[in-house]
Amino acid sequence: MNQSISNPKKQLEPGTNPLFNWLNRHAGLVFILPSVIIVLALSIFPLIISAYLSLSRLKFVQGGLEIKFVGFANFRKLLLGSERKHFRGDLGVLSIWQWLFVALVVALLIYLLSRYIRSQEFKIGGLIYRIVVFSILSWGSYYLMQNLSSDGRPGTVVVTLIYVFVGLFFQYFIGLSLALITTQKLPGRRFFRTIFLLPMMITPVGIGYTFRMLTDTSKGPFKPILRAFGLEEYSWVSDPWGARWAVVIGDVWQWTPFVFIILLAAIEGLPNELFEAAHVDGANRWQIFWNITMPQIIPVSATIILIRMIEAFKIIDLPNVLTFGGPGTATESLTLQSFFNWRTLDVGGSAAIGYMLMFISLFIATSYANLIYQKLRRF
Amino acid sequence: MKKLLALLATLIMGAAFAQYDGVEINIVTFTGPQIAEPLQRHGAEFAAATGAKVNVITVPFSDLYQQILTDAATGTNSYDGYLFAPQWMVDYIVPGYLEDLTPRVEADSALDWEDVGPFFRDFSATYDGKIYTIPLDGDFQMVYYRTDVLDELGMEPPATWDDYLAIAAAADGKDMNGDGEADYGSCIGKARNNQGYWFITSIASAWIQSQGTSQGAFFDTETLEPLVKNAGFQKALEFYVASTEFGPPDELNLGVGDTRGLWTAGRCALTLDWGDIGTLAISEGSQVNGKTGAVILPGSTEVWNRETGALETCNDELCPYHVGGINHAPFAAFGGWSGAVNAAASDEKKDAVYALFSYMNQPAQSNADVTVGATGMNPYRTSQFENNQAWLDAGMSQEAADSYLGAIKDSLNSPNMVLDLRIPQNQRYQQIVLDTALAQLLAGEIDTEEAMEQIYDGWQEITDEIGRDDQLAAYRATLGVER
Repeated sequence: MNQSISNPKKQLEPGTNPLFNWLNRHAGLVFILPSVIIVLALSIFPLIISAYLSLSRLKFVQGGLEIKFVGFANFRKLLLGSERKHFRGDLGVLSIWQWLFVALVVALLIYLLSRYIRSQEFKIGGLIYRIVVFSILSWGSYYLMQNLSSDGRPGTVVVTLIYVFVGLFFQYFIGLSLALITTQKLPGRRFFRTIFLLPMMITPVGIGYTFRMLTDTSKGPFKPILRAFGLEEYSWVSDPWGARWAVVIGDVWQWTPFVFIILLAAIEGLPNELFEAAHVDGANRWQIFWNITMPQIIPVSATIILIRMIEAFKIIDLPNVLTFGGPGTATESLTLQSFFNWRTLDVGGSAAIGYMLMFISLFIATSYANLIYQKLRRF
Repeated sequence: MKKLLALLATLIMGAAFAQYDGVEINIVTFTGPQIAEPLQRHGAEFAAATGAKVNVITVPFSDLYQQILTDAATGTNSYDGYLFAPQWMVDYIVPGYLEDLTPRVEADSALDWEDVGPFFRDFSATYDGKIYTIPLDGDFQMVYYRTDVLDELGMEPPATWDDYLAIAAAADGKDMNGDGEADYGSCIGKARNNQGYWFITSIASAWIQSQGTSQGAFFDTETLEPLVKNAGFQKALEFYVASTEFGPPDELNLGVGDTRGLWTAGRCALTLDWGDIGTLAISEGSQVNGKTGAVILPGSTEVWNRETGALETCNDELCPYHVGGINHAPFAAFGGWSGAVNAAASDEKKDAVYALFSYMNQPAQSNADVTVGATGMNPYRTSQFENNQAWLDAGMSQEAADSYLGAIKDSLNSPNMVLDLRIPQNQRYQQIVLDTALAQLLAGEIDTEEAMEQIYDGWQEITDEIGRDDQLAAYRATLGVER
């Protein structure tokens, strides 16, 4: 036995079995092939098929389906045709404050670009990549402000971005706060660790119905409070921003536990010596958090943000159940818009929206991974 | 007595259809409880009598259309029968997914086919001269009013949409059920992705269609240009927005199920709905039993002249079917739930599914079902309009029965009745383009001009995509327009 452990190669001696010999020679292929087949079948193949569908129209004819190639007609409808306002939103005129915001974003991006040029990491390829990304981000901030201007209206693209970034912001900070609280030696902290995890275990549809009851101002639990403030005639799911906030709150409620549990594990895994040394040096709680805890959990935080961001782009259950995407299209995400199209079997239109979502999330996720994530991981 | 009749029918059916022993059938419909409840109940009776096993599968209303289509198109065929909106049938018939039921219906004397209203036999059941569905429900939209509230206000039931708004304004804020809370002048289920998009046609038709059914209220019958960008449709959109002012604060998120609940709770002075309200008003727990009146859809004293493009006062030439100078255009919205058989099912399953729908349609069952609000089934047999004893037995007062059946009869007999859209992919025109624009209008995201533009462009886009000539031919065929 000791011999087989100390000399494993001898144990794997091929001998005379030809099958064993073949497997031994192609071990790499044999081990990786099942995964490749599964990925191809479940991911790459549907991606190619849906790319074709996004360029096609589906028709039910005698005996089956007729798929007609229509080029970029489905994308044209979204970007320039009858769906353009639904998808892109209404583009209004910017106020002075909004111009100021765009100017600040552009100035920040130029500053980051100049810093990169002066840094030792500078490469021509990196510069071109950053110029492209920063140009798109500058245009994106302008487009965002056009949607949010007084005569503008967010389309499904901006509504999705609101869900992703506003939701992520609150999920991270509430999750971090809860993780910090439950690492303190407080009574009942084990109990609350379990309680804080519960929302994540509930199905999104269940959460949608729960929040639908909570936001029902005519029968819901907040009716007496609203009445006390003379707001019995107000329905926050009939108000575009009220409804968007209802969805964001539901999403934050559901996904904060995910951030909480990972940060809790990260904080609990930090070496105790650092904190003891800081105490000995007379650091206060804020200094300990800011200079010791935070830098150590930044790599984990970067990963959480990336995972949650990719996941958040796909939000559908909550706005579908809570508001049916309404009032109007105020709470409709890109996935929900795609689902609505699919439901009437406009499969081409649905696939085109899916691809637009993929382009947007891919751009944001890769930009984050290349420009921010790598830096944060090095902390 | 009703139970005895049902038992008798079950026993007779048992003798007739005992050959279904061991046959398992799957029927899909929407979640209900309307429609799904009577299907489950009669399914159990049918199973007990024939030995068949009936599985009822329910899906949300907004998913039903594609569930049926994808199930049949992919060859999955997990459903042997469908209970759906007959206006969708064209999308299922053309690819060959529905069984031609003509021979079965012709050989089925228990069905008493001639007693099914001619409109339902023609529009809900027949396509291209063949019978594909068995009607189980008759659908017209009407306006319901609170008789006690109108008496108190000294106002007459609404004859025009302007009257409707005037009554809603006068009644709004009054306590109509004695609970000390202010109630609503008007309740209309306007939620998106629900059944709300039918209401706008009920309203707009008064201004748009005045020359009889064959004139059509959705498209021009020569060019298939959408009739949604004109002064008549604008009036309807303005009404739709204005009525929200007198509705519940969350009306934009209320479906018809919600507004029906508000109605039976006595919280609304007016509502726009299918025939269900009339029977729900007499159901257990209703606070409006004996206080619910019904009228044919209100009309307009002005109509849109398609030649001049202007709104003009009704006269004998412009509105040949006017009543006292008011053009009414009752809308046969939806057409009524109807049952169909999957053409790909085995012969014994086809027979069993047909037998179940036939059983549900037969007078012994349907005469009882249409008087119960919870079933979601409204009258569709001629005998059900002619003899109102069943309604009186169910608890309706003579006055309420006359009002309710009278409103349906007036709608059914109107030569200016508006037929629902039954062209290929009508779901996309209505449930996506129309519904989305209406929701955006109500939410204040767009104004009436933009809404009209959006619906017009969207409908044109779909028509061009599918093929204008084919769509035009289908539309004209639905309206019975000869070239």
